Amino acid sequence: MSDKEIKNLEAIFEARIDRDEKIEPKDWMPEKYRQTHIRQISQHAHSEIVGMLPEGNWITRAPSLRRKAALLAKVQDEAGHGLYLYSAAETLGISRNELYEQLHSGKAKYSSIFNYPTISWADIGAIGWLVDGAAIINQVALCTTSFGPYARAMVRICKEESFHQRQGYEIMLTLCKGTAEQKAMAQDALNRWWWPSLMMFGPRDEESPHTAQSMKWKLKRKTNDELRQQFVDQTIPQADILGITVPDPNLKWNEAKGQYDFGEIDWDEFWQVVKGHGPCNKERMEARVGAWEEGTWVRDAAMVYAEKQANKKVAQAS
Amino acid sequence: MEKEHLYQYIVGIADNNLVLGQRLGELCGHGPSLETDIALTNIALDLFGQTRSYYQYAAQLSAQHQTEDDVAFLRKEREYRNVLLVEQPNTHFGHVIARQFLFDVFHYLFLEQLLHSKDDTLAAIAAKAIKEVSYHKRFSSDWVKRLGDGTEESHQKMQEGISNLWRYTNELFEMTAYENEAVKAGIGIALSELKQNYYKEVNHILEEATLSVPESPYFQKGGKEGIHTEHMGYLLADLQYMQRTYPNMNW
Ligand SMILES: [Fe+2]
Ligand SMILES: [Fe+2]
Ligand SMILES: [Fe+2]
Repeated sequence: MSDKEIKNLEAIFEARIDRDEKIEPKDWMPEKYRQTHIRQISQHAHSEIVGMLPEGNWITRAPSLRRKAALLAKVQDEAGHGLYLYSAAETLGISRNELYEQLHSGKAKYSSIFNYPTISWADIGAIGWLVDGAAIINQVALCTTSFGPYARAMVRICKEESFHQRQGYEIMLTLCKGTAEQKAMAQDALNRWWWPSLMMFGPRDEESPHTAQSMKWKLKRKTNDELRQQFVDQTIPQADILGITVPDPNLKWNEAKGQYDFGEIDWDEFWQVVKGHGPCNKERMEARVGAWEEGTWVRDAAMVYAEKQANKKVAQAS
Repeated sequence: MEKEHLYQYIVGIADNNLVLGQRLGELCGHGPSLETDIALTNIALDLFGQTRSYYQYAAQLSAQHQTEDDVAFLRKEREYRNVLLVEQPNTHFGHVIARQFLFDVFHYLFLEQLLHSKDDTLAAIAAKAIKEVSYHKRFSSDWVKRLGDGTEESHQKMQEGISNLWRYTNELFEMTAYENEAVKAGIGIALSELKQNYYKEVNHILEEATLSVPESPYFQKGGKEGIHTEHMGYLLADLQYMQRTYPNMNW
């Protein structure tokens, strides 16, 4: 194809997106669109499955049978999200094994929030409330993103994430209505998860070079800082109801702007975790790689068995 | 049947589910593939659901325990009455599947009979559970075949799982005093009558999976009388951690 032809195709492609048409896997698409989507969707998928680990840490110790079942179901939902998202990425011409390979080698990223430890039961509440809450704010725009398979996966995922968020908040509410010790546990969890949750919206707008392109392709509707602001404004009243406070001395309602002013994120910590040196980066990767390697013989067996069965069928038919 | 004895009978059934569910819960997020993770978590969820129904009923009969969580979390190790099989650790996936399979075949045969219990609540729990357990049994037998008749390595690992856990199968058919009493009352199941069908079915699947049926005549028992293997204390330490550390709170 000549440059001119490609330019022409690109123009048609961008016009389709502008008209809110969905791009489907078989449609022509610019290589950059394909690569960006593989990267973003797989990063999202990796986040779902790495995200199973910190919460999975409390399944055996959940304080009641009802909570245990709800937590199991939640972690299972996250596995399901991983599954839909890997499938959506696969439609762009990359295999799940290649995507895992990228995760295990450290080439692909996942959400940094999952590199923090879950050290008390209240952390399970805080994660549902704050982390699923922040994820929804980040992701709700993706339900109408331009790439069809991603948009469809996200409709289902966002529904379940809202459920997780309510469930997490309900855990917090129970703790805050409980004994002083339980309330202190809730406060401690908020202290530890607040800043990492704000970090989930990514670097400041000045340092986020992809935003313009992402807006055009409807991967984003608002900037990182706008979304972060929305999260703070939504979450503070919820903390007020719980009767616990976020660990930010600079947090203040700004009457003129009609929103909260809040303090500066510790960006050194942010970059430290992104670069792989958070409290649990190593443990999370070891758990994923370990499960994958220990499972090799099982996956191999399933493949060989399926082949044997298929051959038997062929032999019977002939 | 005396309330307290019926309580003991029900708890004896439910503890198997609780402990096996707890073992499966340890695996969540660490399985060989997302699909097996999801499937095993489903089984765990079914087992916990059934456990809750049993314990809720048991709590109504107990003078000592008020709620399902009291029954689940606040007993001493010697008061848990699950069979030794279900408390065995997740050594490797071959063990996980062997444990599941050896329990599922029993569980299904057991529920088939419990459907006819004179106790309406137990019969109703069984009616719901048997649909779930028929899926569990299909899942675990399929995996026994897949691993048994897969690669050389998987064959060896699956055989290892079956051979190591075989010694715990006979206990499934041991009768306690409460069970004998429940049978007399038309509520409980005469387990010895399930034994023949159990081994017939198990052996058939093992054969299909190209695995050999262990021949050792030596078996272990004790769980049903509250005498567990060394693994049980650690399992309970996890299970009871919150309830023991923060007693008398709502969660
Ligand atoms: Fe998510
Ligand atoms: Fe998710
Ligand atoms: Fe979630």
